[in-house]
Amino acid sequence: MCPDGLTQHPSRATKARIGVFVCHCGHNIAGTVDVARVAEELARYPGVVYSTHYDYMCSDPGQELVKKAIKEHRLTGVVVAACSPSMHEPTFRTAAQEAGLNQYLVEIANIREHCSWVHEAGPATTDKAIRITRAVVEKVRGNHPLEPLTIGHAEKCLVIGGGIAGIQAALDVAEAGYEVLLVERSPTIGGHMAQLSETFPTLDCSQCILTPKMVEVARHPRIRLLTYSEVEEVAGFVGNYHVRIRKKPTYVDPEKCNLCGDCEEVCPVRVPSEFDRGLSQRAAIYIPFPQAVPSSYTLDAEACLGLEPLRCSECARVCEVGAIDYDMQEEIFEEDVGAIIVATGFELYPVEEMAEYGYGQVPDVIDGLEFERILSASGPTGGEVRRPSDGKVPKSVVFIQCSGSRDPELHKPYCSKICCMYTAKHALLYRHLVPDGRAYVFYIDIRAGGKGYEEFVTRAMEEDRILYLRGKVAKVFREGDKVVVWGVDTLTGKRVEVEADLVVLAQAIVPAPGVTELAQRLHMSCLDEHGFLKEAHPKLRPLETLAGGVFIAGAAQAPKDIPDTVAQASGAAAKAIALLSAPALVHPPEVAAVDEELCSGCGICAPQCPYSAITVEEVAEVNEVLCEGCGACAAACPSGAMTLRNLTDEQVLAMVRAALEAAEVASG
Amino acid sequence: MAEFEPKIVAFLCRWCAYAGADLAGTSRLKYPPNVVPIRVPCSGRVEPAWVVDALREGADGVLIGGCHPGDCHYVSGNYKARRRVYLLKKILPELGIEPGRVRLEWVSASEGKRFAEVVADFVAQLKALGPMKVMSDR
Repeated sequence: MCPDGLTQHPSRATKARIGVFVCHCGHNIAGTVDVARVAEELARYPGVVYSTHYDYMCSDPGQELVKKAIKEHRLTGVVVAACSPSMHEPTFRTAAQEAGLNQYLVEIANIREHCSWVHEAGPATTDKAIRITRAVVEKVRGNHPLEPLTIGHAEKCLVIGGGIAGIQAALDVAEAGYEVLLVERSPTIGGHMAQLSETFPTLDCSQCILTPKMVEVARHPRIRLLTYSEVEEVAGFVGNYHVRIRKKPTYVDPEKCNLCGDCEEVCPVRVPSEFDRGLSQRAAIYIPFPQAVPSSYTLDAEACLGLEPLRCSECARVCEVGAIDYDMQEEIFEEDVGAIIVATGFELYPVEEMAEYGYGQVPDVIDGLEFERILSASGPTGGEVRRPSDGKVPKSVVFIQCSGSRDPELHKPYCSKICCMYTAKHALLYRHLVPDGRAYVFYIDIRAGGKGYEEFVTRAMEEDRILYLRGKVAKVFREGDKVVVWGVDTLTGKRVEVEADLVVLAQAIVPAPGVTELAQRLHMSCLDEHGFLKEAHPKLRPLETLAGGVFIAGAAQAPKDIPDTVAQASGAAAKAIALLSAPALVHPPEVAAVDEELCSGCGICAPQCPYSAITVEEVAEVNEVLCEGCGACAAACPSGAMTLRNLTDEQVLAMVRAALEAAEVASG
Repeated sequence: MAEFEPKIVAFLCRWCAYAGADLAGTSRLKYPPNVVPIRVPCSGRVEPAWVVDALREGADGVLIGGCHPGDCHYVSGNYKARRRVYLLKKILPELGIEPGRVRLEWVSASEGKRFAEVVADFVAQLKALGPMKVMSDR
């Protein structure tokens, strides 16, 4: 603690009066960096009139210390040497503002994440902390006081993805009084939840709890549903996104279609049904499932014998209401939205990737969603458990957990989180439907964290007498009409061989296809290493992304079950509502600026700008609201006329010099 | 005599590389303390002149960290940086500077480990190159 600080005679270089506040962060910084030396060295640095160090600068007394020093020493700039600016930059900027110093004259020197946490204690680490802090002093010296720009915003929300996450988010935002545009790629909303039989741990019928929400979406006056549609382009910035959506033609007028199904019967084409995951066939003209929303048939142009030229037209011939329109064109919708919620969901890691389990070539080795369809009363077997190869009722079923998950060598390293639970459900439902059947579950660990989850798994093990075998399955192969499973029971240390009739793989959860491209269109900075959408902060900003006004919900962010998905969707909706209900948005003023004296009007800058924020007539002009402050224009300007506010060439050069200048402690 | 410790200035884009360096810290990964990071909004803000200035002012190496291709928060700044660094590296030998002193790396916000590895590797590379030779105008 150094309550008095080290005051210094007025600066020798400029009239800047900068205060430096070095934080110990308890032991986090002070444990490896000699904070007193940092404060001392900085006190001697030109332009610094006050320098001190303190236990926790972010605490109330710490902030008070900063405020008091600003007033007492008439500081013209503040450098807080502490943690990453992503943590407390707003804290100290607000404190400074309260003490009468413009917030843009406050900068953070990151000596924790970039220094004390990554180096061993010693002079070299202290030396680096001094260099980092000095460089930031130079930045503050060159900073100008700025005022945030205020901008308006659109009062509409775009929700991408019509699974349970998108449905919940759309309903919540619409209920709060805002217009919602819900975009779904497939012909119906409902997502994977619509495919499920029952849900753990309560065994509610999935469609029974989902379809009322789907209907609510369809009839909500403030939700505009665009199915069979994809977001093609996103431009703009927080509160002011301009989106372009392409809707494929369904060739069926949903207003006229009365779901009689005559078209489906006469259609000569049969292709695998996506909804039944290939376990049944559908016609080229089809409805994914009876309760689909919108409630209308869709003609799959790719499966159809031919639309241009028309080769069949049987469906139109039998359609009594004349709903079929072969001339229907794709439609483009352009909308302005203030917030975007991305809820693109998941897919299962393909069984074809599993060499050890037969590459998806063994017909009676299926994934969890296929088994959901087999269990479902509305599924391809009408709710009877029958295996795909010959339609026989399997008397012995092996469930393999962590198939493709927790396997860093060959597949995905992460835990897919929901498989322990749905496998217990699968085995339990199977035992209910086939009471004389035997169910085996191979597992690595049981992860049943959640309300009523552990009890559910225990019930499956004890009441339904499912045999849980701890160990991995090495190989699955076909022998006659059996599927042979070779595994190890690691609890007894014995080899296990099961001649099964059916094997169900709890495949890893992976992001839905196309999410990479979508994230790029949304300028969301980065997906995580597995392709899931990355949150702005893993703990404190789990619903936001680094793109302002873009929020995330559901399994697109990481594998999660229905309760977590619904909770996250409501959370994302609340974030979107907070944005949409704000009277005005604040735009950072650290944007590009033109020195009109220097600008020759050459126009090199304008095409550099990804936001079309620059227009050039006599000289270049920047639209400050459109400018996001990337500085690409400033880097390209040949005459130095274009610059980025508070990060000019002069500032950077001074920062570089300060970073390289010998610090007294270590090298001096 | 003590071993030569290269001095590195790193221009890190705030969305990816700077956040990746933050994650290296949060994860308590260790790497050599030779690098002083300077936060920039985007690797596309980095002017080739800054790099040359840094080398002239005493840096032995300059690291530019940006988002992976396709991930730029500002759409295409990293591609601009890539083109500029490519051209700069062609010019550096004319100034008597080894192109190996300048390094452009993509580090995402989730790649703390990669950031630590890049710094460690760059330090080793610069140790092999030796100190930056003082140029004639200084």
